[in-house]
Amino acid sequence: MRHILSALVQNMPGVLSHISGMLASRGYNIDSLAVGETEDPRLSRMTFVVVGNDKVLEQVRKQLEKIVTVVRVDDISSRDYVERDLMLIKVAAPSGRRSEIRELVEVFRGRIVDISHDCMIIEIAGQEKKVEAFIELMRPYGILELCRTGRIAMVRGSEAIKPQPEEEPAQATPVAAS
Amino acid sequence: MSTAVQSSRQVQITSQGEELVSGAEIVVQLLVNHGVEVVFAYPGGASMPIHQALTRFRDKLRVVLPRHEQGGGFAAQGYARSTGKVGVCISTSGPGATNLITPVADAKLDSVPIVAITGQVATPVIGTDAFQETPIVEVSRSVTKHHYLVTDVRDLARVLHEAFYVASTDRPGPVLIDIPKNVQIAQTKPDYNVPMNLPGYHPKTSRATPEQLREVAQAIRKARRPVIYAGGGVITSGAHAELREFVEKTNIPVAMTAMSLGGFPGDHPLSLDMLGMHGSVYANYAVAECDLLLAFGVRFDDRVTGKVAEFAKNAVIVHIDVDPSEINKIKQAHIAVVSDLRYALRELNRIVEPPEDASDWLEKVRVWKETEPFSYREHPDAILPQQAIYELWKLTKDRDTIIATGVGQHQMWAAQFYKFRRPRTWLSSLGLGTMGFGLPAAMGAKVAHPDKLVIDIDGDGSFLMNIQEMATCHCEKIPVKVLLLNNQHLGMVVQWEDRFHARNRAHTYLGPIDQPEAVGLGEGLVPKHYYPDFVTLARGFSWKARHIRHKSELFSGLKEMLASDEPYLLDVLVPYQEHVLPMIPSGMTVRELIRE
Repeated sequence: MRHILSALVQNMPGVLSHISGMLASRGYNIDSLAVGETEDPRLSRMTFVVVGNDKVLEQVRKQLEKIVTVVRVDDISSRDYVERDLMLIKVAAPSGRRSEIRELVEVFRGRIVDISHDCMIIEIAGQEKKVEAFIELMRPYGILELCRTGRIAMVRGSEAIKPQPEEEPAQATPVAAS
Repeated sequence: MSTAVQSSRQVQITSQGEELVSGAEIVVQLLVNHGVEVVFAYPGGASMPIHQALTRFRDKLRVVLPRHEQGGGFAAQGYARSTGKVGVCISTSGPGATNLITPVADAKLDSVPIVAITGQVATPVIGTDAFQETPIVEVSRSVTKHHYLVTDVRDLARVLHEAFYVASTDRPGPVLIDIPKNVQIAQTKPDYNVPMNLPGYHPKTSRATPEQLREVAQAIRKARRPVIYAGGGVITSGAHAELREFVEKTNIPVAMTAMSLGGFPGDHPLSLDMLGMHGSVYANYAVAECDLLLAFGVRFDDRVTGKVAEFAKNAVIVHIDVDPSEINKIKQAHIAVVSDLRYALRELNRIVEPPEDASDWLEKVRVWKETEPFSYREHPDAILPQQAIYELWKLTKDRDTIIATGVGQHQMWAAQFYKFRRPRTWLSSLGLGTMGFGLPAAMGAKVAHPDKLVIDIDGDGSFLMNIQEMATCHCEKIPVKVLLLNNQHLGMVVQWEDRFHARNRAHTYLGPIDQPEAVGLGEGLVPKHYYPDFVTLARGFSWKARHIRHKSELFSGLKEMLASDEPYLLDVLVPYQEHVLPMIPSGMTVRELIRE
């Protein structure tokens, strides 16, 4: 089963390394991982696609939550959500085949973002299936280079995944060790 | 701060007349503010500013100089495990820092609160492979609860607050703080009450709900064959009194993990002693046949469960633990409660009633316990290690005693034959199983408890791994005792060789390679050649020491050790043919239990 986990993490050096190291050392398989800043510069959002049964997923989520710099983790696969993957693909495009390719790009609502004598770079965004279908269509032309962002996802509606009020920074009382 | 200002210190004043303080002094001041009484610190180039600052707080903070950073780390653990407070160790960058990694990893697995401070090369040269540079935060990530690289002196106070808070709360663990030398030297106007910034860390939220506890109480009421499987959480959460009350209210017997020894009195009639690989027959029978397993502050470690699918196979499992990731990690819980154990037991004690009908079961368990106690066959002349420990227990049980151990056979025998009565009196590396733990841990415990008797029960292999700490004990006036059960072998590995590898000796004899024991051809109970001469070594370190090998010497040897008010080594030559029994081989079940 494929799950999408959305994690809010503190935006500071080493957090990505900590998380990817934890996943690797516990032997979890991650299909894709995307990271970026959020509307709050103190926080980043990581979107994981994890493949595994419910038990694996429960452990991945709990182990993520245990990391001190991870603010919250949500499994959004069970909710109504939008997911996107962005791809840049460089395809061999001699002048005789450009219009064919352009038609395909239009069907997929992509954009040609660079063009030269013998090749072009196409930008495609969408769900994974769509992106993969486009890759298959481009194979016969000759794929020179390809890169993808990994999936990002968001729950539909006005609900927003933010730190909860009690998750605001703790008070600064120096705790006498007990 | 005024108390810290002494003549040796250069105070810088800004143009606004504000006093500036160095990063190193902020560190030390905050250690003092957090109630730290002692640090185990080995200096080096990148941590010198901290050591210079430490000298200015001599009246408030004791500095013990270990003879190896690993010894310092384990001493901090000994302090932490025996007090429940945060232990602090400090090292320099590079090798000093990597030497702390083993005690840090050890603290992670056994949930011990320590703060490890490492010096680091100056920020401008980080990443250039500078002299004594290792990226210790990268190295330590997976073996710490949390870690920091502080690159701005203004972050130091916040980071220290967070480090003590994270290390000591929730499920405790090690926190490492890496401080570049220029950050230690940099001056700033200190704000000691700066707030923490931990939006992802909420230790106070894990509390059992009344509904959950009612469900647990109902399960107990209905149970016919209940047993408690008590773990390190009993010690960590300070739930020993609550556990005892719970047991006495419900009459449910208690099987303990090695982590929880002392969390329930070992000589209590309802104690089933330790369970698991080298646990008692009766504890393992009880868990195998129970219909209700009350798993309190445990993590279903493989040394406890053996074959997981067969462990408490027919039981309803109640799992109470503060760490949600332990729930359902190994074994699915029927009633899962994420909670501080002490809180859960205190609340449970208000409502719990004894099982309606468990009298047959209690009688069955009692008979098991009576029929097959831990035992050994005495030898007419030689001192058996089990016997040495048992005699030590008899001599010290009414004194305030703390026992530390190394790792191996002697450790398991100590767990079996020393009946711990109080929490935090048994210090042992259990999750990581680090040889060399005993002496430095005993040292740290003795610093924390100068009035208690602190004894390291050790093996010759383990003892040699941190033997340099004998110097620390002498020079820093830390009078620990060592009961060395010296069999000239790596006994636990020998035992596995005997059982599973046709007695083929594979580098498990610790004497010279030309001795017959090196290839398993030794004759007699103890090797004829004796190496190294631990008594001479001990005397070289200015310790008192005595070597014994005959049963007739045991009592007087122990008496002499206990009477000494100096560091004392009692080197006991013991047979190497003894096996720790009973034994459930790795990954197997109680049906495969080995008695002989």
